[in-house]
Amino acid sequence: MTVIEAAGLRKEFVVRTRSGWLRRRTRMVGAVNGIDLRVERGETLGYIGPNGAGKSTTLKMMTGVLFPSAGRLRVCGFEPVPQRIQLARRIGVVFGQRSQLWWDLPLGDSFALLRHVYGVPAGDHAERLARCRRLLDLDAFLDAPVRQLSLGQRMRGELTAALLHSPEVLFLDEPTIGLDVLSKQAVRTFLTSLGATGDTTLVLTTHDLADIERLCRRLVVVDHGRIVHDGSLEDLHARYRSRRRVVVELDEPLPAPLALPGVSVESVQADGRRITYALDGDAATAGELVTRLGAIAALRDISVLEPDIEDVVARLYTDRPGAPSA
Amino acid sequence: MASAGWSSTVASSRLGVYVHLLSAQVRSQAQYGTSFAIDVVGSIAFGLLDVVTVVVLFRVSPTLAGFTFPEVFLMTALASSAFAIADLLVGNVERLRFYVRTGLLDAVLVRPLGALLQLAAMDVAPRRVGRVAFGIAMVALAAVQARLALGPAGLALLAIAPVAGAVIFAAVFVASASVAFWWVESGEMANAVTYGGHDFAAYPVSIYGALMRRAFAYGLGFAFVSYYPALALLGRADPLGAPAALGYCSPLFAVAAAALAGLVWRTGVRHYRSTGS
Repeated sequence: MTVIEAAGLRKEFVVRTRSGWLRRRTRMVGAVNGIDLRVERGETLGYIGPNGAGKSTTLKMMTGVLFPSAGRLRVCGFEPVPQRIQLARRIGVVFGQRSQLWWDLPLGDSFALLRHVYGVPAGDHAERLARCRRLLDLDAFLDAPVRQLSLGQRMRGELTAALLHSPEVLFLDEPTIGLDVLSKQAVRTFLTSLGATGDTTLVLTTHDLADIERLCRRLVVVDHGRIVHDGSLEDLHARYRSRRRVVVELDEPLPAPLALPGVSVESVQADGRRITYALDGDAATAGELVTRLGAIAALRDISVLEPDIEDVVARLYTDRPGAPSA
Repeated sequence: MASAGWSSTVASSRLGVYVHLLSAQVRSQAQYGTSFAIDVVGSIAFGLLDVVTVVVLFRVSPTLAGFTFPEVFLMTALASSAFAIADLLVGNVERLRFYVRTGLLDAVLVRPLGALLQLAAMDVAPRRVGRVAFGIAMVALAAVQARLALGPAGLALLAIAPVAGAVIFAAVFVASASVAFWWVESGEMANAVTYGGHDFAAYPVSIYGALMRRAFAYGLGFAFVSYYPALALLGRADPLGAPAALGYCSPLFAVAAAALAGLVWRTGVRHYRSTGS
């Protein structure tokens, strides 16, 4: 079942700049410039892109906050802004910067209020809340006013608040921003288990690529309001010829340089006793390299480094759309 | 029948949510320990100020554009009570520009409730109950003072005029606050219309110049808040020549104003731009 369907989705903003004493120049700036996207039920989708790429604008159109300038958009079968209220019952939203909680009331009061706002039967509500309390460890601060919570505690509260009405789609805008390592871990573990059930579709924007590696099967990269990549993380690496690295430590420097197709030497250290090889795509395997090395030298230690997603994405952002040939 | 039953259930459940949101707001404010009693007294003082102004005016002159003190006082009472009710219920929608500027409206729009209902509940100031009570007392006092001899229709009008006036003020509150959807730096413009409208409606329309009259009395319809209903209650003809039955039309005008304000609001929500990230 398709839960999100976007075709030719656009959003333009009017920007007025002062160009004279009283004169103002008006121009249209496209934040989202034609996005086509289909998300099926149970998918976990990571939406990434540099600042100003149109991630948040897209999410706001999908959640019924912003009205699209053009294009077709359906979320859970609804047209987001005109059918905002019906849609709101079916989705959960965690906007890192815009709290859904009542600032001056105990956290538990917010949950009780949201039950009324969403009209959730008391039994279902209690059951879902109990689950979140256990998984997110809320009990220690359930009675504290929200304004006194740490950011990590508050984010755990926001996640609970977004899930108490059992939404079909959960939208998360930078859910781990500003969190410490432990809180990030807690949030990711929780979202992983939520995604694993296959009932809830997760759509998250993030700048933290570790979120993507941990959580998302599917990765959508946007830049300048367009999708520049839509596929798995592996697809992305393949497309951008990400290279795995093999670092070997030897007892003695190699008698002669190793020649193997698809393998190149990236650096040589410690008088030739530590060599970093880069493997090009599928042309060579780490096993093959190690076997060949073992035949001509004594190996002390081997480590394989996975391609760095940050590098890939940084390369993606600097390329103009359509530029990559692979 | 079935559909009427269904819609009343929806209405009552919505009312239930509203009550829950209101009580949350009251509990939030109680956190800061300001004395509710002092706030109520302060709010009554605003109503008192309306009375004092009229009394002072009539110490200078025995009549105002041909109207005696009890007659003008009735208009002031109607305007004051109508404004107090509107101010209690939706007076805080002017905070919309703050929510638009900061993007906090996003959090409101992702909930399955009307945005206006949520905003009205979010910033409600319960202390304004004091001014409402005072306003209603003023209407009763004015009716006695003016020695109104009312039939059933007149009594109904007396009861309904403050409510209709409140709806008109509420419509003006909402429509003028909506300007923030298009123009975030609208500043105090909305207040000029709402508070200005209250001051305008406290006196007979005939004391104002033609331009003011056209803009406020007819354009924004403030004549329907107090002037026309008061004329109908007093059984006086309008010195400006409007038909006598116009006073009884103020509920109709109020409904039209509310519909128009709702349209402006909904159009505004579509124009909402949010803020970055």
